[in-house]
Amino acid sequence: MNPAVTVRDLTVAYREEPVLWDIDLDVPEGTLTAIIGPNGAGKSTLVKAMLGLVHSSSGMVRIYGRPYDQVRQRVAYVPQRGEVDWDFPTDALDVVLMGLYGQIGWLKRAGKKHRKKAMECLDQVGMADFAHRQISQLSGGQQQRVFLARALAQDADLYVMDEPFAGVDAVTETAIVKILHELRSQGRTALVVHHDLDTAPEYFDRVVLLNVRLIADGVMSETFTTEKIRAAYGSRVAAIAQ
Amino acid sequence: MNLLHDILFDYTLRSVTLGCMILGTVSGVLGSFAVLRKQGLMGDALSHSALPGICVVYMLTGEKTPILLMAGAGLACMIAAWLIIKLVDNLGIDSGTSLATILTVFFGGGTVLLSVIQRGASANKAGLDKFLFGQAASLTMDQAGAMAAVGGFALIVVFFLFKEFKVISFDPLYARSIGINDQRLGALLTGLLVLAIVIGLNTVGVILMSAMIIAPGAAARQWTDKLNKMLLIAAAIGSGCGLAGAIISIQVEGVPTGPAIVLCLAAVSAISVLFGTARGYVWTQKRRAARLAS
Repeated sequence: MNPAVTVRDLTVAYREEPVLWDIDLDVPEGTLTAIIGPNGAGKSTLVKAMLGLVHSSSGMVRIYGRPYDQVRQRVAYVPQRGEVDWDFPTDALDVVLMGLYGQIGWLKRAGKKHRKKAMECLDQVGMADFAHRQISQLSGGQQQRVFLARALAQDADLYVMDEPFAGVDAVTETAIVKILHELRSQGRTALVVHHDLDTAPEYFDRVVLLNVRLIADGVMSETFTTEKIRAAYGSRVAAIAQ
Repeated sequence: MNLLHDILFDYTLRSVTLGCMILGTVSGVLGSFAVLRKQGLMGDALSHSALPGICVVYMLTGEKTPILLMAGAGLACMIAAWLIIKLVDNLGIDSGTSLATILTVFFGGGTVLLSVIQRGASANKAGLDKFLFGQAASLTMDQAGAMAAVGGFALIVVFFLFKEFKVISFDPLYARSIGINDQRLGALLTGLLVLAIVIGLNTVGVILMSAMIIAPGAAARQWTDKLNKMLLIAAAIGSGCGLAGAIISIQVEGVPTGPAIVLCLAAVSAISVLFGTARGYVWTQKRRAARLAS
């Protein structure tokens, strides 16, 4: 069986400066994996490079054994909340509908069944009451849940999420964890950029420790050790994590 | 009533009002996307960049064939857009600086070419400078027809690619992740914006064109939180101001059409920013007060 994600010799440079250096990585199917590392470690770049959203200098990425372009229907991406303009004139339901654009196809419009599906996804993240709320009037956590609902609408096998827990309220945090566990129980895979060392072992099965280079990758109990965290962050943070 | 009769049946007035309304509609819709994608200044830079294109075509052909002048203008805009993007992407120059550089270089170059042409011996020379501020009063029915064809094409593309344009404007990276190429579609939107600019050259000219692009969208945003409604309102504001500007310049002797349209747009924008029901100052303050009271 192919792993959900295979990365070989991946290097990404931005103006000659390496952001990611020679990454080798396998993400097994049906697992929840956290990508952890200090600021500027290239966590966000790693997931973007996997989905072909940033240009890689060298290396290879395979999703379910194939190039991303051929399997994009099986993948859903949740971008960082801060990367879009929430003043954009649209409402929550409309954003979730974007998750169905691949299914709707070019030139066509969203129909009744698409709207129904989008409503179900909003309901799954506890946002059904806010379907027609202008997105700038939602709290940060609510906006994050709308993004999550949009990814759920894609009905993917692999969910790639960039910092979904950043700056969200407790309700949202619980909702995301619940969804992650549901995805795993359905045999789906999630790869999540995460910043919180405290909650990582509780939320995820596996961890990728990153600091430009791959420091370690494997099951949480063996990989998330003081020594390896120290290797990724430097000694000070590792001491705090203890 | 006389005025209405004249607009409907007088050949010149009809083509002038029609041309202004078409321009307002098209630039309102395409300008809305430019505003949402934070490319309002791009529209300004591109419209100024049309000038050298017009001059070069005239110098090469010695004629003022409208379709060739439009093509030259469009080509110059596309080159300018390409250069701006390259300066930002490949040389790491920030977007404000690149916009300002390309705008001034192209417009400066165009002005030089214009004075060379004016000083030249050609008998047909007069009149290119009307592209600076436009000359709607001289619009013919043929020109209005060409504007309708080009503008209609742009609007049809927007109609069919509405949801794709929406997702690349809101969340370009996500769009790319689901197989909607944000770079190609973004270039297409810029290309359509160039079409709007090109059809505006005769009417309001390269300098005031940026107001046609920015004002309707910015004003429409104050009245709605929905993209489809925003486009419709922007089209209505654009064509309404086109009509109003044309009427003012017909009624008041000596008032040029382009600047009259732009002044109408300025008035509508001011009203919208103050009283717009979605984001206008008055309503926002009212809602804030209500929230604080509760």
